Amino acid sequence: MIHSTSNAFKANAHDGLANPTLQSALAKMKVGFPNRRSEAIARLPEFDALRDRSRDIKNHVLENLDWYLERFEARVREAGGLVHWARTPDEARAIILGICKRLDAKIVTKGKSMISEEIGLNGFLAANGIEPVETDLGEYIIQLRNETPSHIIAPAVHLTKAAIEADFRRVHTHLDAKRDLTEPATLVAEARGILRQRYFQADVGITGANFLIAETGSSVIVTNEGNGDLTQLLPKAHVVIASLEKIVPTLEDASTILRVLGRSATGQEMSVYTTFSTGPKREADLDGPREYHVVLLDNGRSALLGTEFQDILRCIRCGACMNHCPVYAAVGGHAYGWVYPGPMGAVLTPSLIGVENAKHLPNASTFCGKCESVCPMHIPLPKMMRHYRVREWRQNLTPRGARLGLGIWAWTAKRPGIYHALTSMAMRVLGWLGRRHGSFFNLPLAGGWTATREFPAPQGQTFQAQWARRQRAMGRT
Amino acid sequence: MGATAARDGPDMTNARNQILGGIRASLKRDVLPPARVAELEARLKGQARGPVPARARDLDRAALIDLFEKQAHLVQCSVARVAALDDVPGELARYLKSQNLPSQVEMSPDPTLDRVDWSRAPMLEIARGKPSGAEGVGVTSALAGVAETATLMIPSGATSPSTMNFLPDTHVVVLPASRVVGPLEDAWMKLRGTVTGELAAATMPRTVNLITGPSRTGDIEQKMEMGAHGPRRLHLIVVEDADVA
Amino acid sequence: MPVADTIPRPRIGLFVTCLVDLFRPVVGFAAVKLLEESGCVVEVPALQTCCGQPAFNSGDIADAKAIAKQVIASFEGFDYVVAPSGSCGGMLKEHYPELLADEPDWALRAQHLAARTYELIAFLHDVRGMTKVEAAYADSVTYHDSCSGLRELGVKTQPRAMLRSVAGVAITELPGAETCCGFGGTFCVKYPEISDKMVGEKAADILKTGAGTLLAGDIGCLMNMAGKLKRLAMEEGARKIKVRHVAEVLAGMTEDAPPIGESS
Repeated sequence: MIHSTSNAFKANAHDGLANPTLQSALAKMKVGFPNRRSEAIARLPEFDALRDRSRDIKNHVLENLDWYLERFEARVREAGGLVHWARTPDEARAIILGICKRLDAKIVTKGKSMISEEIGLNGFLAANGIEPVETDLGEYIIQLRNETPSHIIAPAVHLTKAAIEADFRRVHTHLDAKRDLTEPATLVAEARGILRQRYFQADVGITGANFLIAETGSSVIVTNEGNGDLTQLLPKAHVVIASLEKIVPTLEDASTILRVLGRSATGQEMSVYTTFSTGPKREADLDGPREYHVVLLDNGRSALLGTEFQDILRCIRCGACMNHCPVYAAVGGHAYGWVYPGPMGAVLTPSLIGVENAKHLPNASTFCGKCESVCPMHIPLPKMMRHYRVREWRQNLTPRGARLGLGIWAWTAKRPGIYHALTSMAMRVLGWLGRRHGSFFNLPLAGGWTATREFPAPQGQTFQAQWARRQRAMGRT
Repeated sequence: MGATAARDGPDMTNARNQILGGIRASLKRDVLPPARVAELEARLKGQARGPVPARARDLDRAALIDLFEKQAHLVQCSVARVAALDDVPGELARYLKSQNLPSQVEMSPDPTLDRVDWSRAPMLEIARGKPSGAEGVGVTSALAGVAETATLMIPSGATSPSTMNFLPDTHVVVLPASRVVGPLEDAWMKLRGTVTGELAAATMPRTVNLITGPSRTGDIEQKMEMGAHGPRRLHLIVVEDADVA
Repeated sequence: MPVADTIPRPRIGLFVTCLVDLFRPVVGFAAVKLLEESGCVVEVPALQTCCGQPAFNSGDIADAKAIAKQVIASFEGFDYVVAPSGSCGGMLKEHYPELLADEPDWALRAQHLAARTYELIAFLHDVRGMTKVEAAYADSVTYHDSCSGLRELGVKTQPRAMLRSVAGVAITELPGAETCCGFGGTFCVKYPEISDKMVGEKAADILKTGAGTLLAGDIGCLMNMAGKLKRLAMEEGARKIKVRHVAEVLAGMTEDAPPIGESS
């Protein structure tokens, strides 16, 4: 498992807020993605019905996940492929290394896979003498920078074109230093040229899977670039790494969910390449891999079933939640400190690495609810974040100051008589102190607020006090 | 054909059992009872569809082709309609000239393309078979065209190398109009029809490519750039002759 | 669709909300006035303090439950419970039943309360059929949609419809009106830097509208936005904007208190 810095969220967020390149990229992202999504939805009256159906399909699968996994495995084997079961990231890495070693692999091409990030595959392969080559342009760019992805479908969304050009010049030293890279198209062409050779050199191609189809034993990848296809078609072996909950029952079910996936992610009706792979090449096929392996990863998924967090297993990794989240748009994906950022990351990260290792993530939310409103699978993200806050409270992970403050508040709120007396007094004082200016430039205990905002002064008398007086004056209680 | 399950050994069986057992423990039940299994089998066989967009339903042949062409333009394909298979060579030659491309193509050994009289474009150099890896023009057919999204369904096979869909710089697809369907689900029915109507992984092709437009990426400041790794151009030649299946 | 209520003179339990009670009582009085104008009888149960959201959202379920039970007990017997806040209204309506789901007696009582609970403007417009008011307020206004009111309680068109009837008001739509202002209850003190970034963007959007007045239906949001706008005016010479709860304008009570954050 790769190292997480989720508990350094505040410091990470601070860095993100202070990073002008990131802020400029986020300013574009937070307008672009939502606009494209809403345009796409406007053209599809059936969108909400498709969302409901998609949610129901996934719920049905989760209730019967064991049976569907066994059916999927049987179909893969009928087609001449192999299914490997991995409980932990270590097991998954060992399985993949075993396949690579047996094939004497030196170079491995990779389609984009968040699971491969989750298990820290690239570093592990490199440490074992195998070179992993990311082929998705965004992943390739961050690989050059030794960074992790900051978004689950647009890994390099935090970078500007200028930053990418600088990296290409720094790393592609075999090319003419004076070449013109002004237009983004030239960067794409350059990456295309370099990666082209790598596809042919690769011994093994590793992809993730957006779906695993139980009916046919197929894995499905969704890309716009075609990199996943060259990754899986050209080498000797195609290895799919996927977590358990990617199963859908039939090709029809996949078709339903595909209709909400693209639109929610990038506003496209269909991604350019949606590819269904089933087993190794057939005898008479003219191309294709000789081996097909599916590595099924648990890493905490089976433990989430039957809990109040089960619904996160419906996630189809579209990224709509983070595209619309005002907190993500303020701090960027790296602030979240692990593989999965944004609202889905705020729930999945504590679910997979433990809430004590991701204390801030469920807390860094205003519960505005925008994420849930755009999620194509109707995942109740704020509610699950709140469940983690309950866990933190019970496990004493809530910061002491907050606990104390809330404790005092709650104690008085449960005692109306005391509450009214105390607040009446406090508001009279505060109101008097603030009457000249109307607000406070500085307020003890509210330093976080008053550092950058005025704190409006209360009117001076509480409503309850005035109402009680009024009632008394009118002869009522 | 490679590693067998035995090579993974007892650890794998342990892992498998523990994962499946863990799922059942979490769901607070045992293995599913036969009645439930029967329901799940029926669901798999039933191939029930979710909501199918109205715009792709109940369209006659002409409306299907029109929708297909309209959607194709929206995803940056070029489309040409020709009356008969034998008009294809002329259209292909015209297209190559219009794109300033040399009169040379690689072509998959597809039976539909076999039926075309290529002598009608004598200047056209055609290499049949697998793609060489050169970044020129690749010509294929398709099993189906999905009008809903202008998606091409191209399965792999003895006469259909999947790499031809990705290695060339320009991809030309010859699509008989009779193969255009409304929604994606109808294309799956076509595929199932060609591999004998049942859930059958063993007869599912190795690769089914659903292709919607030319390759692109939005990874640089989210501005769409064409030709990321796959072809940067996708030209569709729709053959309207109703007798061409 | 506004539906005139069938109860001729309904008894309203006014849920004042802690922020209105403590910081801006004029909103409470505006609510009373509007409710009475719509033909209701208004009572203010004395034992109310807070809806319990701070505890609920911090994971302190025990205290949240205790406070919820207190609210439920105090507000039983009214025809409706109305709050001048989408966030507190949402707490009572959407979260109390969920919070008490594991205590059947209380769960039922919570459901009864939820069924009768409304945000103020939505209640006036949708239940009392009050689509127009007899108030005057001469300024260009822009309106921020507080998240809970919008997404939990469907408050969107009603305040705008009622504002259009106020003599002298010119409404300019706020770009990003539905984007969170960054208050989020305890969020703004737990993550002040992120909160400040969010309210800074919100303030920039507000200033760009050219409006003279900012309105919304939740005091927490309003205090957050008013505080930022005022600090920007003080430190960067930004235009001064008057910030009020929409009920103050609809009730014609804008002379009764200065705008939020300003002295009298």
